[in-house]
Amino acid sequence: MLETLMLSRIQFAANISFHILFPTITIALSWFLFYFKFRFDQTAEPVWMRAYRFWVKIFALTFAIGVVTGITMSFQFGTNWPKFMETVGNIAGPLLGYEVLTAFFLEAGFLGIMLFGINRVSARVHTLATFIVAIGTTLSAFWILALNSWMHTPQGYEMRDGVAFPVDWLAIIFNPSFPYRLMHMVVASGLTAAFLIAGISAYRLLKGDDKQAPKLTLKIALTVAAFLTPVQILIGDFHALNTLEHQPQKIAAMEGIWHTEKRAPLLLFAIPDEESRSNHFELGIPAMASFILTHDFNGEIKGLNEFKGNHPPVAPVFYAFRVMVGTGMLMLFFSWTARLQLWRKQALSPWLLKGLVAMSFSGWLATLAGWYVTEIGRQPWLVTGILTIKDAVTDIAPENVGFTLVLYLILYVVLMTAYLHTLFTMAGRAIEIEEISDDEKIRPLANITSPLTRS
Amino acid sequence: MFEADTLAVIFVGLMGLSILLYAILDGYDLGVGILLPLDQGNECDTMIASIGPFWDANETWLVLAIGLLLIAFPSAHSFIFKELYLPTAILLVSLVLRGVAFDFRAKAAFSHKPTWNKVFKVGSLLAALSQGYMLGMYVMGFENTLMAYAFSLLSAFGVAAAYTYIGAAWLIMKTEGALQKQAVQWAKKSGWICLIGMIAVSIVNPLINTEVYLKWFSWPNMLYILPLPIVCFALFAVSNQQLKYLPQKDDKNCWLPFVTAVMLFVLCFFALAFSFFPYIVPGKITIWQSAAAPESLSFILWGAIVVVPVIISYTAFSYRVFWGKVQELRYY
Ligand code: HDD
Ligand code: HEM
Ligand code: HEM
Repeated sequence: MLETLMLSRIQFAANISFHILFPTITIALSWFLFYFKFRFDQTAEPVWMRAYRFWVKIFALTFAIGVVTGITMSFQFGTNWPKFMETVGNIAGPLLGYEVLTAFFLEAGFLGIMLFGINRVSARVHTLATFIVAIGTTLSAFWILALNSWMHTPQGYEMRDGVAFPVDWLAIIFNPSFPYRLMHMVVASGLTAAFLIAGISAYRLLKGDDKQAPKLTLKIALTVAAFLTPVQILIGDFHALNTLEHQPQKIAAMEGIWHTEKRAPLLLFAIPDEESRSNHFELGIPAMASFILTHDFNGEIKGLNEFKGNHPPVAPVFYAFRVMVGTGMLMLFFSWTARLQLWRKQALSPWLLKGLVAMSFSGWLATLAGWYVTEIGRQPWLVTGILTIKDAVTDIAPENVGFTLVLYLILYVVLMTAYLHTLFTMAGRAIEIEEISDDEKIRPLANITSPLTRS
Repeated sequence: MFEADTLAVIFVGLMGLSILLYAILDGYDLGVGILLPLDQGNECDTMIASIGPFWDANETWLVLAIGLLLIAFPSAHSFIFKELYLPTAILLVSLVLRGVAFDFRAKAAFSHKPTWNKVFKVGSLLAALSQGYMLGMYVMGFENTLMAYAFSLLSAFGVAAAYTYIGAAWLIMKTEGALQKQAVQWAKKSGWICLIGMIAVSIVNPLINTEVYLKWFSWPNMLYILPLPIVCFALFAVSNQQLKYLPQKDDKNCWLPFVTAVMLFVLCFFALAFSFFPYIVPGKITIWQSAAAPESLSFILWGAIVVVPVIISYTAFSYRVFWGKVQELRYY
């Protein structure tokens, strides 16, 4: 029988993992929608409106799941981690509070107008509502990541009788890992949305949809992805340097370095073994890790031997990091190959379209893997240096936690099935139903030469 | 800067305000969900369209209320949700199901729509029942007695009826024709259940909690507290009378039941709040014992002073945009 601590951890991980999937899409998708609507206002080309209309439905669905799973999150602290709020509540509370006040209400308040108000307000107010919703989703990321980063690299507080008190709010919000984490997450969201748009658009094209909108959205999504992937890799590198400074044991686990060494290799593959405290089947590029992390082939990297008994489990961090970076490399390959082919041939070969369909949810994979690196990598701490996970847990009976865990897991399986099913049903239906208006047929779309038109 | 004690009072006030707003706002949309008929008529679509633009913002008041409890009274938050662990989980699952059903029913393949309608109805009902149950347990001071469970069950149905009542009143205001007539019937029926629930709570509450009893039946408190139930009953009588004559020609007074319902909610809320103040967990923890650090509370208070009026004004704007009778909802 698992004890309450383990069950609560699994439940928290399940809830937050499920929640994060949906905001990751909506944060950036809202900006895409704003762009579509803005272009429509400028050009009056119906194709922009069609792109907007198709994606706003997906947005609404995704947003709804994000909101309701988020409500679950906000109860979690009290139900399963009571000591968390009692110890650092003075700091976590206001950050969460600002998220509700400045972000959630903003999103929710203008969402109605964005989704259903187009005939009731002027075009300008409607575009403005779309813009405000996008600001709101981005602000949520700002506040929640400020809190999460503070938990990794706390500063600006003092401890009195075992309770953290705020001293300097600016230092708390702009803690050392925050800028990197915020940028990395926002760009992750951009990539997730871009690959989703590209994937669904490619799916429609593969199914013989010959309308303008999916071609246009495919092109835009690929342009964004091709631009953002290298940016993300660069930010990721800076992020790692920052982590090296503040949480060196996490880097040692990510790179699978058991003993402090110079000329540390960049391991492409290995099987880390906690028992023998070494790796099996290592395959790596000599001295590359030292070069990436210290910008010197001879640079020294601290190994896990320096943090004995105080470092995270190595294998999950090590593998998750490789999944994230591997997905990033695949994204680089697909976005650049596809974008270049569009540019040269004005069309995509079927294998690339299929590849993009397969990549539709690659953003989810990389994002989740990245979060696992970050969060498992800070074990055994919940808030670095202040509170460990086992001190924070509730004393509720394991049966109760087990019951709710099963309840949530069933719910998530059902929701995920329904979500994916609905997404592809909507794409399929758009192919059949969405009308091609007369003017679109007649005019060859002077200023929107969509990539795949064969005229 | 405010004193620590004053801050605790301000924050319990803010929290109370968001609970009250939540109960009214999400109350009517949960109520509409409970009333959803399961046949395939157009009525379903109209009813859901009447709450479509609002439900998300309505639920945000719950997030704020819970957030304020968490921020301002962290130890009370831990205490309450540890006691209410299972009902909370049921509430959350029902809110999730209901929220997603709203979107899935509009977007899934047509053959799945009736299923999502059912999910929407059941989710709304369960959410209302679990909230009522939680309220009941709270009033009973989280006792583990048969009496407490029985009372909480009663309270569960009372709250569900109250939400149904305000939901029906909302429909009277927002719809026309056959549906509006139907809504009048719904309002009449749920009104009676509501009344019974209210009477039960008013009797049981002071009987169980001696502190509450002393507060209600001591001089001069009685002077300004006793009018509360009297006004409540008067409102009920007036509302019942109105309902007999609705709908009227040119739809005159169609907004009256809703306004009456809101007033009832406000009065009941104040009666409860008065009973428990200054306790945040009845009989166990006061607001001053569990308040968070004053530096944290004033940091968030300044934000709240600036932001809350803005929130209220754009919420009002949104209601104005969707003013009047429901029209078909179209996504775009
Ligand atoms: C589309 C998503 C995505 C992609 C393609 C990448 N990442 Fe990432 N990564 C994330 C999404 C993400 C994330 C979800 O945003 C994380 C989790 C927490 C965080 O701050 O960002 C993250 C965490 C994260 C961390 C841990 C930070 C910490 O110590 O807390 C590092 C070092 C990197 N990333 C580095 C990289 C590198 C070198 C990449 C090169 C390919 C990369 N990431 C691609
Ligand atoms: C930004 C807000 C976040 C906060 C405040 C936060 C807080 C926490 C807390 C309290 C724990 C300890 C409980 C536990 O061990 O399970 C934890 C662990 C964890 N979190 Fe986060 N988290 C955040 C974001 C995320 C996201 C977005 C993800 C994933 C998508 C995530 C994934 C995890 C995982 C997998 C663990 C379990 C690690 C382990 O216990 O071994 N977290 N986090
Ligand atoms: C412990 C962590 C978290 C908690 C307690 C939490 C809480 C919530 C809540 C209550 C909502 C619903 C708001 C509403 O009623 O409108 C929500 C939605 C949202 N959350 Fe989270 N959240 C957490 C983690 C995150 C993370 C890590 C991100 C992004 C980086 C995020 C971004 C969002 C966004 C953008 C929304 C709007 C809905 C959507 O876009 O789908 N949240 N969250």
